[in-house]
Amino acid sequence: MIRDFGRIVQLGMKSLLLHKLRSSLTTAGILFGVASVIAMLAVGEGASQAALEQFRDMGVTNVLVRSVKPEETQQSSSSMWSVLDYGLTYAEADRIERLLPRATVVRVREVQRGVMRGEAFRVTVVVGTEPSFLLASNMKVAEGRWLTDLDMLNQENVCVLGHKLAKLLFPLDNPIDQTILAGTDDRFRVVGVLQGQGRAAGPSGITYDECVFVPMTSSRRRFGDTIRNLSTNRFELTELHEIKVHLAGSDEVENAAMVLREMLLPMHKVRGDTEITVPLELLQQEEASKRRFNLVLAVIASISLLVGGIGIMNVMLATVTERTREIGIRRALGAKKKHIVQQFLVEAGVLSALGGAVGVALGMIVPKVITEVFEEKTVVLPQHVLLAFCISAAVGVVFGLYPAWRAANMDPVEALRHE
Amino acid sequence: MDRSDRPVIAEFVDVHRHYRMGDNVVRALNGVSVQIRKGDYLAIMGRSGSGKSTMLNILGCLDRPTSGAYMVGGRDVARLDDDALSEVRGREIGFIFQSFNLIPQLTVLENLEVPLFYQGRVGPESRRKAEYLADRVGLGKRLEHKPLELSGGQQQRVAIARALMNDPLFLLADEATGNLDSNTEKEILDLFDDLRRDEVTIVIVTHNQKVADRADRTLWLKDGQVERFDVNRPAEVAP
Ligand SMILES: Nc1ncnc2c1ncn2[C@@H]1O[C@H](COP(=O)(O)OP(=O)(O)OP(=O)(O)O)[C@@H](O)[C@H]1O
Ligand SMILES: [Mg+2]
Repeated sequence: MIRDFGRIVQLGMKSLLLHKLRSSLTTAGILFGVASVIAMLAVGEGASQAALEQFRDMGVTNVLVRSVKPEETQQSSSSMWSVLDYGLTYAEADRIERLLPRATVVRVREVQRGVMRGEAFRVTVVVGTEPSFLLASNMKVAEGRWLTDLDMLNQENVCVLGHKLAKLLFPLDNPIDQTILAGTDDRFRVVGVLQGQGRAAGPSGITYDECVFVPMTSSRRRFGDTIRNLSTNRFELTELHEIKVHLAGSDEVENAAMVLREMLLPMHKVRGDTEITVPLELLQQEEASKRRFNLVLAVIASISLLVGGIGIMNVMLATVTERTREIGIRRALGAKKKHIVQQFLVEAGVLSALGGAVGVALGMIVPKVITEVFEEKTVVLPQHVLLAFCISAAVGVVFGLYPAWRAANMDPVEALRHE
Repeated sequence: MDRSDRPVIAEFVDVHRHYRMGDNVVRALNGVSVQIRKGDYLAIMGRSGSGKSTMLNILGCLDRPTSGAYMVGGRDVARLDDDALSEVRGREIGFIFQSFNLIPQLTVLENLEVPLFYQGRVGPESRRKAEYLADRVGLGKRLEHKPLELSGGQQQRVAIARALMNDPLFLLADEATGNLDSNTEKEILDLFDDLRRDEVTIVIVTHNQKVADRADRTLWLKDGQVERFDVNRPAEVAP
C-alpha cells in the first residue's frame, strides 16, 4: 500500500517533469502564496510580541501616572524666565497612598544631567526615587546594593547605576565606592549596579539601563523642584514626573485605574498635564488587535492560495486533456476510476506540496531579511509554518479534485481513440 | 485436439450495439453470436464501418452490448459495473493496439508492470516476469529505455509483452500491424504464431488479407452482422 503510494508519487513527479516550465510556474503560484503568508505572519507576530514585551516590562500589575508637559500657549512662552509649572505633586502621591492603601506608591523624579567620571561623559537622566522602585519596575541588583530608607532619611549622596551606564563610565574598573559627577557640582558615590533590563524606560524615554538612580530626597535637595530643561533652556516646576502605582495582583488593576482617573481628572483635565498608562489594558488591546490582524491575514492568505489553486486546476485540466490517451491505455490495462483519480490527485498534490515546501523555505528566509534590513522584530512560529504548508497541500487536492474526476469519467473507448 | 473439445472462453449471444445519433440509430453490431475457444487464432475482417472495432471493444470489456449477452469466464459482462469491468480487463484480457500505446514517460520495464500494478501485484516477481517476457520478444536489453527510443516494431513487441503480463484469457489486437512496414509486420506475425503454439488465444482485427491468412479462421462482418466464417487451416491445430 505504502509502496504503491510511493510509486504513484514517483509517477506524478515523472509526469510533472515532462513539462518542467509549466510545472514550475504553477508551483510558483503556491510558493509565493505560502511564502508571503509565513512572512506576513512572522512580521505581525514580531510586532505584537515586541509590543507585548514592552507592556509587560512596564509591569502588568502597575498603573503608571505621568506628568506631561502641556502645549505651550503664546502667553506662557513670551517670557524666557517665567517658570512652567505642571504635572504631579507630592501631595497627590500622598493622596493616592491614602486612597489605595493596598498599593505600593513609588514616586519618581527625572532630572536630565550630564554625568561624568574621568574622561567618560554622558547626558542622561538622574532618577530620584524610593526604595520600592526596584520591586515595582521588576529590576534586580547586579552588584553592591540598592537605595535604602536610610539613604532617603539622610538624603545621602549615593547612587545606583544602570547596567549600560556603568559599562560606559567604568569600562575597566569596579564602580562600587567610586564617585561620579552629575551636572557641574553634584557628586554621588556609587553603591550599586543594576542588572540589564532591556526596554523599560521612564517618562523621558531613556531606558533604565542608561539611567542613574539616587534617593528621592537627595534629588530634591540637590536639584530643587524647579529645573532648567536642558533642551528648551526653560525653567520647569514639576514635583514628580511619574507615580508608579504597584498593585498586588492584576485583578486589582482595573479598580485602581478607575480610582486614579477619577481622582486626577478634575485637577488636570483642563491643562492635560498628566496621563495614566495601564499596561494591562494596553496588553489586552494589543492582543485584541493581534486577533483582528490574524483574521485579516487569514483572508489575504486564502485569496492568494485560492489564486494558486486556480492555477493548479488550470494546469491539471490541460494535463488531463493532453493525456487522454494515457488515461485510455491505463483504463484498458485494468485501472479503475479510483486509480485514475488517485493518479491525478497525487500529481496535483505533489505540485502544490512542492510549492508549499519551497514556499516554507522562502517564507522563513524573508523575515530574517526584514529583520536585517528594517530592524523590525519578526517571529516565525512553527505552527504558522505547518499551517501554511498543510493549506497549500490541501489546495492542491481540492483544486485537483475536479480535473481528476473528469479524467476518471472519460469513456475508455473515446479516450483510446483520442489523438 | 479437436477444436470442439477445447473450452469456450468467451461467447457472444445475439449481441447488439446501437449508437443513437439524434433521430436515427446506428446498428454497429446487429445480432452477433460467436464462440471463442481456448487456443483459437481468429481474424475479424470486413469493410470499414462494418463493426469490427465495436466488436473488439466489447470483447475487451471496454464497452457493453446494448442488448444480448457477452459471457467471459462464465459471467455476463453486460451486467457488470465499471469497477468489475476494469477488474476483468486487468485480469483476463491483453490489449495490443495499432499505435502501440505505450506510456511515453515510463521505461519499458515500467510499462510492462502497469497491468499488474492495478492489481497490486508489483514486486520482485513482476519484475522477473517482465524481464522474461521482454527477453521472449527479443528486447531483454532494452528494459530501461523509453518507448520513443525504440523503433515501431520494437514498441509493438513491448506492447505484446505487456499484453501477456497478466496471463490473459485472450489477446485482442486491432490492426496491430497497421503502422508497420511489411518486414516488421512479418516479425510480429511470427511472434503471434509462436504464442499460438503455446496455446495463447488470439483475436485480431485487420484489413489485410495476408495478415488474416495467418489466422486459423476468419470471421467476416458486414453491416454489424456475421457474413461468413472462413477456415484457413484444418480444425486440429496446436500440437
Ligand atoms: N461512438 C460512436 N458513436 C456513433 N457511432 C459510432 C461510434 N463508434 C462507431 N460508430 C459507428 O458504428 C459503425 C461501426 O464502427 P466500427 O468502428 O466498429 O467500424 P470498423 O469496422 O472498425 O471500421 P474501420 O475498419 O474503419 O475501423 C460505424 O458506422 C461507425 O460510424
Ligand atoms: Mg476499426
